[in-house]
Amino acid sequence: MTTAIELAAAVRAGTRSAREVVEESLAAIAAGDAGVHAFLNVLGDQARQTADAVDAAVGRGHDPGPLAGVPVALKDNLCTRGIETSCASRILAGWRPPYDATVVERLRRAGAVVVGKTNMDEFAMGSSTENSAFGPTRNPHDLTRVPGGSSGGSAAAVAAGFVPLSLGSDTGGSIRQPAALCGVVGMKPTYGRVSRYGLVAFASSLDQIGPFATGVRDAAVLFDVLAGHDPRDSTSLPDACPPVAGDVELGVDDVRVGLCPDLVDGCTPDVRARVHQAADALSAAGAKVDEVRVPEFAYGLSAYYLIAPAEASSNLARYDGVRYGLRVEGEDAAAMNTATRTAGFGAEVKRRIMLGTYALSAGYYDAYYAQAQRVRTMVMRAFDRAYETVDVLLGATAPSTAFALGEKADDPMAMYMNDVCTIPSNLSGHPAVSVPFGTGADGLPVGVQVLAPALQEALLFRVARVVEAHAPTEAGS
Amino acid sequence: MTPPEVAGPPGSAAVPGRLGRDDVVHVATLARLALSDEEVELFTAQLGSILDHAADVAALDLAHLAPSSHPIALRNALRPDVPAPSLSRDEVLAVAPDVEDDRFRVPRIVGEAP
Repeated sequence: MTTAIELAAAVRAGTRSAREVVEESLAAIAAGDAGVHAFLNVLGDQARQTADAVDAAVGRGHDPGPLAGVPVALKDNLCTRGIETSCASRILAGWRPPYDATVVERLRRAGAVVVGKTNMDEFAMGSSTENSAFGPTRNPHDLTRVPGGSSGGSAAAVAAGFVPLSLGSDTGGSIRQPAALCGVVGMKPTYGRVSRYGLVAFASSLDQIGPFATGVRDAAVLFDVLAGHDPRDSTSLPDACPPVAGDVELGVDDVRVGLCPDLVDGCTPDVRARVHQAADALSAAGAKVDEVRVPEFAYGLSAYYLIAPAEASSNLARYDGVRYGLRVEGEDAAAMNTATRTAGFGAEVKRRIMLGTYALSAGYYDAYYAQAQRVRTMVMRAFDRAYETVDVLLGATAPSTAFALGEKADDPMAMYMNDVCTIPSNLSGHPAVSVPFGTGADGLPVGVQVLAPALQEALLFRVARVVEAHAPTEAGS
Repeated sequence: MTPPEVAGPPGSAAVPGRLGRDDVVHVATLARLALSDEEVELFTAQLGSILDHAADVAALDLAHLAPSSHPIALRNALRPDVPAPSLSRDEVLAVAPDVEDDRFRVPRIVGEAP
């Protein structure tokens, strides 16, 4: 597939029309998405109009921007003005937001063309995209396997070649884990780097929007478009945000890489072997690779599954049948609220709301929620200690390759274990990226994860690019 | 609900007793969710299993650490108090389940006066 960088260059130069590029994307979706179900909503008419506007701008001698004419898919928890945004939940089915998310505005200003909204675990709660109220997404590499989640539709849309770029959100690994399982690049920026305005909230201290792409260079270009201060998000960082795409090819000479056994040892043997192979490749490319233990990461999973549900139980209190979304009538307001929420939320969302309500309730707050917040401090300090001796950390993204649909659907704890390697970066707010690196014993993609300190996205992409350049191209190599 | 009963190691938070059926019913009421008997059984088992896993965290001695609610040091985000355009009222009301006279309409909130 042509890269986003190549497509945008051709459209800006007038050698390809945005309309033609978008028609190819829409045709690929029409031909292939019945089996994959990456999309909840394909926006053919709007996409053609946007593409024609990009072509008109080029015709007038204007530059439409760095993503001119590039088809992009959006996870369905990103608000699009006048266009259904459901979060794959019955409670928001049919909701048309009265505003665009900041990232949607930024994409438009960069000349990108939104071609559709992608499937996800309901309200981003899940690791397989099986929790969608509108049916699961399937892994394009093997339709009997899950694509990962919660941004499974956005990962699958890129992996299937429907679009070169997409956006997801990552609260506990929801960009990086599906990227690993689908064999694409998926990156979580530093918390506060990308505005959350218009991202439907799940766990506000952990949520961050980020890019999916077929390669590291494309992901860096998309990150540059998304990043920057936004006064409409009070957690948006005011710091200057210099572009990173120009640094991607700078290499890893003298970069200190910490191979972290705590992000590797719990994985299947084939995944472990790939991470060690990536470490060897970085070493051969000039990096200084050492083992760095961070045993505190072992407590991240438990802390996350108290903090995220606690925040979710508060954020999802807004779905009360009053201002938007579903209403199921009841004889008084409380009965209406209960009937609406009972009919509108799926099982995993109910599970997490109850878990969070419990963790925050009188008598349990200190033992669970406050204690989990102390673990968060512990994990943040552990990262600080690790980064005294290395510049980046290296580990696996997910414990295994893609598992079968239904395999973990009845065991929440087994499903949560998928996030064990990705959660530490959400607790600390640090950036991290999953890079495809060969295949596992079953021939399915393996992702290697690079983690960096806050605001070190330029270094993160540099290291990721070297990993990508040395990725084995054939199964078993 | 039953309060925490079991003391953890010195400096750790007290480890609560195991979540029971009554806890699930109570929490569902607080969260405005109606559960069938079968759902109460299922969620009691599933939430219990998740909280069992969390016992490793509850048992840690972390009294020396302050809780972090956020990954970055948050400053109060202030802006000048200048009026600016906000969402159109018509557009906002257009997506509401029920509306009357430019307002969200809801069922009665308090009981009839005797």
